[in-house]
Amino acid sequence: MSFLSHRHASCSGSGKLKRLLAKSVLAGVVANGLFAVQPSLAESNIAVTDKEVVVGQLHSSTGTMAISETGAIEAEQLAISQINAMGGVLGRKIRVIQEDGASDWPTFAEKAKKLLESDHVAAIFGCWTSASRKAVLPVLERDNGLLYYPTFYEGLEQSKNVVYTGQEATQQVFAGLDWVAKTKNAKTFYLIGSDYIWPRTTMKLARKYIETVLHGKVVGEEYAALGSTEFGSTINKIRLKKPDVIYAAVVGGSNVSWFKQLKAAGINGGNQTLLTLSVTEDEAKGIGGENLVGFYSAMKYFESLDTPENKKFVSQFHAKWGANAPIGDVTQAAYEGPWLWKKAVEMAGSFDTDKVVKAEESGKITFDAPEGLIYLEPNHHLKTKLRIGEWESDGQAKIVYTSDYITPNPYPKGY
Amino acid sequence: MKALGKILGGKAGAMDLLVIAAIIFVVFPLGLDIFRLNLVGKYLTFAYCAVGLVMLWGYGGILSLGQGVFFGIGGYCMAMFLKLEASDPVSTAHQTTPGIPDFMDWNQVTHLPAFWEPFHSFAFTLLAIVVIPAVVAYIIGVSMFKRRVSGVYFSIITQAIAAIVTILVVGQQGFTGGINGITDLKTLHGWNINTDSAKYVLYFVNGALLLLSIVLSKLVLSTKLGRLLLALRDKEDRVRFSGYDVANFKVFVFSLAAVISAIGGAMFTLQVGFMSPSIIGIVPSIEMVIFAAIGGRMSLVGAIYGALLVNYGKTAFSESFPTLWLFFMGLLFIGVVMVFPEGLSGLYKVHLEPKLRQLLTKARRKPASSKPSIENAGA
Repeated sequence: MSFLSHRHASCSGSGKLKRLLAKSVLAGVVANGLFAVQPSLAESNIAVTDKEVVVGQLHSSTGTMAISETGAIEAEQLAISQINAMGGVLGRKIRVIQEDGASDWPTFAEKAKKLLESDHVAAIFGCWTSASRKAVLPVLERDNGLLYYPTFYEGLEQSKNVVYTGQEATQQVFAGLDWVAKTKNAKTFYLIGSDYIWPRTTMKLARKYIETVLHGKVVGEEYAALGSTEFGSTINKIRLKKPDVIYAAVVGGSNVSWFKQLKAAGINGGNQTLLTLSVTEDEAKGIGGENLVGFYSAMKYFESLDTPENKKFVSQFHAKWGANAPIGDVTQAAYEGPWLWKKAVEMAGSFDTDKVVKAEESGKITFDAPEGLIYLEPNHHLKTKLRIGEWESDGQAKIVYTSDYITPNPYPKGY
Repeated sequence: MKALGKILGGKAGAMDLLVIAAIIFVVFPLGLDIFRLNLVGKYLTFAYCAVGLVMLWGYGGILSLGQGVFFGIGGYCMAMFLKLEASDPVSTAHQTTPGIPDFMDWNQVTHLPAFWEPFHSFAFTLLAIVVIPAVVAYIIGVSMFKRRVSGVYFSIITQAIAAIVTILVVGQQGFTGGINGITDLKTLHGWNINTDSAKYVLYFVNGALLLLSIVLSKLVLSTKLGRLLLALRDKEDRVRFSGYDVANFKVFVFSLAAVISAIGGAMFTLQVGFMSPSIIGIVPSIEMVIFAAIGGRMSLVGAIYGALLVNYGKTAFSESFPTLWLFFMGLLFIGVVMVFPEGLSGLYKVHLEPKLRQLLTKARRKPASSKPSIENAGA
């Protein structure tokens, strides 16, 4: 490719221009030499002083995703302020540089680069959608950065530079299907999701599990375009097929229309079993508790969880961010990020990425989270439990089932 | 030499080009670290679209709100080539079907679609980046301009095309990567594009191609074709009555703008390391018009300044005010449109250039008037 620029320099007719371009190519070569030493410096140069360590926070505070990511931003800041109040990490107070990914994937990549290459942050807490994580991933791997990613997601990924504090698909899918098959004696399933990678992968797993393990039948599988608000034909098909269970992974604004139209069509928790993977307390607030009553969600965490640790967390969160702030699964998972990082750094005795990763992969890091004790597994995912919550009219879920610990398995064999 | 000067727009035109070349090739590389330089490189890829829009909108009077589509074609062509190279059977061994891009595997696609096959070849990819947008623009252009669709209707249709293409790309995720885009691109013919030295090389190639496309545009403008473009912008009927087939000129300039945008898209993929549907839709397409408007829609070089200024503003504002930055961007746009409707180049022409000229003539006069006095003293 450098050949191209040379050719351009030599064939542009004007003498002045030619000389200037030649000079600039030369300047580039010189500059190249100067900067070539930078990466090795950058890698060891994590922004840490005797008193302070800098971390980055990279979520969308503007754009369509802002509404979902706000909870994660707040939870991470709560955790960091609590860690600072306890004296920080390795005696250093944490300073946060917050960047806005603006719901735009190239912007996420740009900001991640900025945090790692200009600010030299020790870790990044951020991303929500898979698309934003996929955009940031090559940057993390190149600059050897650390990301704590809070969302439940499709799996099929395991990077040394990422800790996934949400559940991967097998953790969310199998135990939930087992529960619904057993307690509801379900044989037929109707699968519906938004049309992107997470629902697609999740439903692929679910179909295989339903057909081979549960020996049930999938009577319909459908994907709605992202942002679509028209579910009339889907609902008609559901009425026709009369599935024992509607298994849903509809996201974003579509979720609101989906549940309202179900209710309008007379399908509700009283006459239909519906298990969703995409409704947390955050979504419930938007959908309205009255539209959800009796339906079930499969999540690792619900705000209503009745343990002293969780009660403490909920009251702290509400004290800092307002009593009306809902706390969903992802919010709680985001809260775990800074704490897990602190534990890994302290075990490593260093902020150096490679040493921290080694500690993360030791299999010895645990944390007493609001959801209960969690284990950071060598494959960078968490060993956690799955819970089934039954929605009530106040937008809170009553926990009706808690599984055993489920070991994360991001690359399931045979699926 | 003289002919070249004429093409570049005389002394002033050549000077403008020299200044921007010096900024791109000397000032930025010496003054910025590689992270910021790579960002500038990204901004400059949007400048391609703005340059295309100056030709299309500023000179041709045709406002396209769908230039993101052509940017996307270029970007996706390059991304497909790079993705195939990154998806060799060894590094994708854990997939159900090794040897195909990872997102296809996730979407239960089990063999490489036929339209991906030719993108194994780099030569084909380079050709596709130029030919596909030209053909697409030609088809759109012929079907609209021959029917005398123009003005606001043309703008609306291009906007609709941008929406359709985005929906198509997002919807057909098994073949396109969907909303995630095509990510995790690593090497170009074994050459790692993520290293610092590669970023330098790509930055310079990008800058050179951008200036080349400006020179090419100036070449077009210096011919009779250029004057006809201006004429049909101002009085289309008169050009038609003079016996010219107006539609052909419009189709030409639309295709030219499309090709220039597509080259920018390909350079975007190379420098940013992935391609995403979020930069081909309606909003980014309109943003590109804003770059051209802020630079001054009659100024090819101004387009670069417009793209640089707006994108720099985006980065700077969003780094300093992560939650409020959009409001500042809005203020910037409103401010520019209200205070200097001719954009940066208008600002320069009206306010700066006369002063500079005054200074220059003064500087010239001084030695001229002092000379005789020395002679006098000598005598």
